[in-house]
Amino acid sequence: MLNYLWGAMIIFSMLMALFGGHMQQMTQSILNSSQSAVEICISSCGALAMWMGVMRIAENAHLIDALANRMTPILNFLFPDVPRNHPARKYIATNIIANFLGLGWAATPPGLKAMTELQKLNKTHPTIATHAMCMFLIVNISTVQLVSINIIAYRSAYGSANPTEVIGPSIIATALSTLVAITFAKCMYRRND
Amino acid sequence: MKFLVTLSDFLVPTVMFLIVVYGLIHKVDVFQSFVDGAKEGINVVLSILPTLVALMLGIAMLRTSGALDGLVRLLSPLVSFSNFPTEVIPVALMRTVSSSASTGLILDIFKNYGPDSFIGRLVSIMFGCTESIFYTMSVYFMSIKIKNSRYTVVGALLASLVGITMSYLLTVYLFGV
Repeated sequence: MLNYLWGAMIIFSMLMALFGGHMQQMTQSILNSSQSAVEICISSCGALAMWMGVMRIAENAHLIDALANRMTPILNFLFPDVPRNHPARKYIATNIIANFLGLGWAATPPGLKAMTELQKLNKTHPTIATHAMCMFLIVNISTVQLVSINIIAYRSAYGSANPTEVIGPSIIATALSTLVAITFAKCMYRRND
Repeated sequence: MKFLVTLSDFLVPTVMFLIVVYGLIHKVDVFQSFVDGAKEGINVVLSILPTLVALMLGIAMLRTSGALDGLVRLLSPLVSFSNFPTEVIPVALMRTVSSSASTGLILDIFKNYGPDSFIGRLVSIMFGCTESIFYTMSVYFMSIKIKNSRYTVVGALLASLVGITMSYLLTVYLFGV
């Protein structure tokens, strides 16, 4: 996907620069952008390392497992088709918690395992998504995030006076979008049954 | 609404404090755990660096060549009825496709307008509430060979639309235009 997207970006830019007469600035822009990518990585490294460190403490103290257990009522509501004690539930919970804590890259491995487990429960047709899968993906994509650590790292890298000021409003916006998404998925659940 | 700004100030230190205390109570070697995690964090940064170079390069080319302005002009009639800044449209579009590509655009906005500008704050808030729809869906569904995803796309798009609208309203309300 990114292969064609990136290729198209380069080709389209070259054509536009050619016809728009911006060739002169292009060289400078190409060199500068590569340099600033490295600068960004170096300056956001600290915040990311800090957050991953804190999360490792939570993981080793089994805080993540404890939170997953607490989520049973929510999982009952969202995934009535998935039996209690089914392994899919644990993976779903881990995925939601990782997303909640803003650890996108830590959320994917349990997310994929959850999909494999949900497929085992798929009794209708192996190529058609079940309600539980749709619900899981919709909740996953609309993620309620407590802290989006990347954006805070980038904000401080660009010299924001208060990098964390966006956390509060961000939580409100994401909570509402998730609420709407869950309501929609629940309605579809009812209608199709 | 002052509460939201205060919440932002308290959140990171409080989460950190609680996790360290919880770890100590459960007899975890908190220092060693932190160092291990931080090491992995630095590896994560190193592993995304090549992608970031490629994407920031592509986006810088799009902007310098005038292609991005062209795209914005093409799409601006869609939002002309509101005060939604047209510069943010490419971010919103790209966000549905790939999260790393939209990160490049967001960094471009921070560089040109600053993270504390209206647009800078808006994209920061938006970033927290939308996820790359098509990327996530293709990875998750492809892993178990599902072809018909039914109502997932509509639900995900709906969530993103609400998220973007709310981000805009909150930015206007809390920080002013």
